[in-house]
Amino acid sequence: MSATATPAEIEARVIEAIESFGPAAPVTREASFQELDIDSLDLVELAQVAEEDYGVELKAEDLKDLKSVGGAVDLIVARAAA
Amino acid sequence: MVEPAEREGCALVTGGARGIGAATVRALAAAGWPVGVNFRASEDRASALAEEIAGAGGRARPVRGDVTDPAAVEALFSRLEADYGRVAVLVNNAGVRVDGLSPQLSEEDWSAVLDTNLTAAHRTTRRALRPMLRARWGRIVNVASIVGERANPGQANYAAAKAGLLGYTKTVAAEVARRGITVNAVAPGLIATDMTADLDPSLAAHVPARRLGTPQEVAACVAFLCSESAAYVTGATLTVDGGLSA
Repeated sequence: MSATATPAEIEARVIEAIESFGPAAPVTREASFQELDIDSLDLVELAQVAEEDYGVELKAEDLKDLKSVGGAVDLIVARAAA
Repeated sequence: MVEPAEREGCALVTGGARGIGAATVRALAAAGWPVGVNFRASEDRASALAEEIAGAGGRARPVRGDVTDPAAVEALFSRLEADYGRVAVLVNNAGVRVDGLSPQLSEEDWSAVLDTNLTAAHRTTRRALRPMLRARWGRIVNVASIVGERANPGQANYAAAKAGLLGYTKTVAAEVARRGITVNAVAPGLIATDMTADLDPSLAAHVPARRLGTPQEVAACVAFLCSESAAYVTGATLTVDGGLSA
């Protein structure tokens, strides 16, 4: 857990994590999970990363509404700052 | 048939000190897994079993922990991960019986059986799945019972828990199948263990095989489901009952 992670660091970590899931297209902030072929289990793994690295707990209802890389980054950044 | 484990990590058998659990510990150790022998009260038996396995060239260690206690479950996983690496094979075997006809089953009789036999399996499975998902490999076997599919008056709580465990097995199996993780159940019938020692011996006459099963016969099926050979078997229930429910 890091209290000092910057939004840029979180974005880099999220992109790195999603790249490790074997996405179908290049991972950019704008990319949607649908075009990347990132599925619900991938998002569960992303939630594990958020919890372990930033102490941010993402619940099932949070994951349900995530549609894009940027959306995930923004949610984790907002929760990490809270 | 059951090839030696070449995977990283270890196996965890809940309720591993006695009965089907102890036989499963021996079978998984023989297949090459370092095994965590979880126990709640049977410390002497868990320690003796770990020593027996070490004597036979395997690796095992007792891990205390009441599976109805979430903090204890976290602690036992952490201890095993420190010693042996991630839990790659989880056998949810811990179980209790509190029998009585349903009008006489108290809230406590109900809760105790549901918590140990069903809810605890979710507690351990949820914890085990995280590293399994990352590793893209895992084996989970839930020890259910033929009572989960077939009436047995006097065991409404046990039957509900075991039927729940079969439903849980199928759904979790479907959720994680694309990650190389299999989730299966075995459904033992009448097996000669401490848990069935109080049963009428004449019950064997109702079994087509005309005898009770042994813990080793159940453990062999669990070990198969935990093996590489069973990679395409998931969401299944393997009945081990000498034909009783056939």
